[in-house]
Amino acid sequence: MTEKNLTLKIKRQDTPGAAAYWQTFEVPHRPFANIISCLMEIQKSPTTGDGKKVCPVTWDSNCLEEVCGSCTMVINGRVRQACTALVDNLEKPITLEPMSKFPVIRDLQVNRERMFENLKKVKAWVDIDGSHDIGEGPIMTDQDRAKRYVMSECMTCGCCLEACPQFTLDNAFLGAATFNQVRLFNLHPTGEMKKEDRLNAVMGEGGIADCGNAQVCVEVCPKNIPLTESIADIGRQTTWQAIKNIFTK
Amino acid sequence: MMNRKKKIVVIGGGLAGLALAMKFCERNGEVTVVSYQSLKRSHSVCAQGGINAAIDAKNEGDTPEKHFYDTIKGGDFLAHQPLVRDMCYQAPAIIHLMDRMGVAFNRTGEGHLDFRRFGGTLYNRTAFAGATTGQQLVYALDEQVRRHVHDGSAKTLEWHEYLGAVLDSEGICRGAVIHDLRTDEIYTLQADAVVLATGGPGQVYARSTNSVVNTGAAATTAYLQGAKYANGEFIQIHPTAIPGQDKLRLMSESARGEGGRIWVPRDANDKRNPKKIPESERYYFLEERYPLFKNLVPRDVASREIYDIVYNQNLGVSGDPMVYLDLTHKSREFLDNRLGGIMDIYTKFTGVDPRETPMKIFPAVHYSMGGLWTDYGPDNDGLIDHGSPRNQMTSIQGLFAAGEADYQYHGANRLGANSLLSCIYTGLMMARGIMNYTDSLEKSVEDIPSTVFDDTRAHWQNRFNDIKKMDGTENPHKLHHELGDIMLANVLIVRDNKSLDKAVHEINDIETRFKDVKCLDTNDWANPSPSFINQLYCMIHLSKIITKGALMRDEFRGSHYKPDFDLHQPKDFDPHEYIDYLEQKQYGEVSQEKFPADHLTYMKRFEENNEKWLKTTVAQYKDNQPEITYEEVNTSLVTPRPRKYD
Repeated sequence: MTEKNLTLKIKRQDTPGAAAYWQTFEVPHRPFANIISCLMEIQKSPTTGDGKKVCPVTWDSNCLEEVCGSCTMVINGRVRQACTALVDNLEKPITLEPMSKFPVIRDLQVNRERMFENLKKVKAWVDIDGSHDIGEGPIMTDQDRAKRYVMSECMTCGCCLEACPQFTLDNAFLGAATFNQVRLFNLHPTGEMKKEDRLNAVMGEGGIADCGNAQVCVEVCPKNIPLTESIADIGRQTTWQAIKNIFTK
Repeated sequence: MMNRKKKIVVIGGGLAGLALAMKFCERNGEVTVVSYQSLKRSHSVCAQGGINAAIDAKNEGDTPEKHFYDTIKGGDFLAHQPLVRDMCYQAPAIIHLMDRMGVAFNRTGEGHLDFRRFGGTLYNRTAFAGATTGQQLVYALDEQVRRHVHDGSAKTLEWHEYLGAVLDSEGICRGAVIHDLRTDEIYTLQADAVVLATGGPGQVYARSTNSVVNTGAAATTAYLQGAKYANGEFIQIHPTAIPGQDKLRLMSESARGEGGRIWVPRDANDKRNPKKIPESERYYFLEERYPLFKNLVPRDVASREIYDIVYNQNLGVSGDPMVYLDLTHKSREFLDNRLGGIMDIYTKFTGVDPRETPMKIFPAVHYSMGGLWTDYGPDNDGLIDHGSPRNQMTSIQGLFAAGEADYQYHGANRLGANSLLSCIYTGLMMARGIMNYTDSLEKSVEDIPSTVFDDTRAHWQNRFNDIKKMDGTENPHKLHHELGDIMLANVLIVRDNKSLDKAVHEINDIETRFKDVKCLDTNDWANPSPSFINQLYCMIHLSKIITKGALMRDEFRGSHYKPDFDLHQPKDFDPHEYIDYLEQKQYGEVSQEKFPADHLTYMKRFEENNEKWLKTTVAQYKDNQPEITYEEVNTSLVTPRPRKYD
């Protein structure tokens, strides 16, 4: 074997309340290895660099091709998907940390339930009459479809929220991913019928007005979703909604 | 009998599970969706190219009947025909439904759904949302289920694992044993029916296009509890994937549907940059060998041809087991609009831009046509009675299966873009039958003694306690990899009985070594190690089903290719000759003059082979081994005949 060893420094935590600690692991450096394949190597030989046998590191992953959104972590200080983080492109030694804006479950696993709860708050769905056969969907231009498609690629991975200075562990800020969903569904001919509900949901505490315009969300999004455009657009839509609310209430 | 709402437990949050959950909620039922991870992350998101429906948007004369025929032929006539026919007839309504839910399907100039080509058909039949169609469909169904959760009719148990069915004294499924992957708690859920929508078993091969969760453990547990497992040996090898260590990433068939061409340099020693190799010095072997279907032959055919080019002709690119998949003749704008998702995947994982340089690809394990044996209730029109409680029920009463976890829709080889369809179709179709099944029960789950639940729970708690005590010398992850190596080396594209027999013995060795596994982590919080060991145990049993089924099936059908039993179809043979032959036989003697002698010999052998092997393989767990028997296939609608794509 001509493989050189690769050093990974990993921030670990046994339980949600416990203190975090760092451990260092050596794994074989193979061509096109990514962070997940390195973590798999640790599972096969869970021994730290100084020879201590430990429990394998735990992490979340599933598709390993950046469409499921599971494997978000902070790699060399930057939040991203671990599956597309090829070690050849990373500075060494590599550091891995769990996201800091979500409660840690264990090691690199965090609890992102808040993101899914937010989808309920803004009713991120199309209210269809039922799944029985009532014919075709609405006509739509391919340009509008393309605009929606880019937004609908959001994997609820959490990168944008980890990077956002406004989003913290204990506040109620909805964040870029959620605002993007409001725009996505407001752009659909049927989804638009519940537009007001969604806009009213992002007008209160933690809503769109709390966005500090740091614009880092768009930089870290692995799917290149135009999040700042979505935020600006939802900002405009809520302004109109607020005015409308004054006259209708 | 019951005054309360009907309640079911659905295991799995992919397309089949979510479609069923939505439909069952609409029918005023109560659903708990159990998922190994957060919803939205299931393996269905990996499907790329599209979903089939014969809507005939391009005025080519496509019909659901043609879709049905292509699917049956693609599956080498091993699928039960009324089910496939019903699925194909439902397909247009399914696409329109998904469109109504807001799936961002690509559209035509007039704003209607656009369609593209896929393998195994000559029609533009595949609706698509860029090259992430599966992801988009999952999101749409997930949103509808979330809406039902919001309204209170559905409940989700994410980060929970299914361990087994709760069976009463009559063997009827009355609930599910669930393992909380965070707290480590093991408990039971009572239900009127349990549905396994748990996907495929790609992890049995360790490296495949499948996701990490696709161990097949849930389906295998059902088999270990007595359910029949059918057609296990039919594993689809997708022709085009990116080789890799942790995963073989799929490059969708839609790349070829949109004009992608497969080729190798004619000269094996040609080391030039592919863009510098002139057209005349390229071997477009699929186009030359299959002038009718060209690059869009079905997957089993394409994978065999690539295997032949690489290993028999020694024409792999630069001597490596790889061929070119070339899209560089298409504009960047076109590729980004219609294939953006896979263009990005290739770029991110190889560092090479496929818009500028031909991709290097090789076949990879992709899909299981086989799965849990399930039943169906045909009607009198060659379709399915959607109210039949038999629909999608496994051989364990009250335990159902849907999606890739069942076996019924793809025969011996699945056509591209039919998997998303079969998943959504089964989920939607089975809801009414389950309602009717629960109505027909003499005893309600409340009448079942609580000891049935307590005992089952205790069994699984003991099992996991025992796993945690395993303190041997074998690392379970290494053992898993070795199991995968055995399967990849012996049970893949080209099969022979010597290798299969060797694999059977090697799997037995793995099983022996499994007893000496070490549980690497014995904590009781968010500890994946015991679960993985249990899954590995299941994968060992599933690999036995696949391998024994393959060893015993002495023929060449669809994805199951044994060269020793190839009937060698004559080059100039026309499948319609076989229909004439059968007709002549039916009315008396077959005229010896009408057919060339080699055709006649071939047809006789084909007929004999079908009599013996046109059967569903059924594996049942007995004495720690799969016991294999065979069942008749419903071929009541289309006469099975030789396949031909050139």
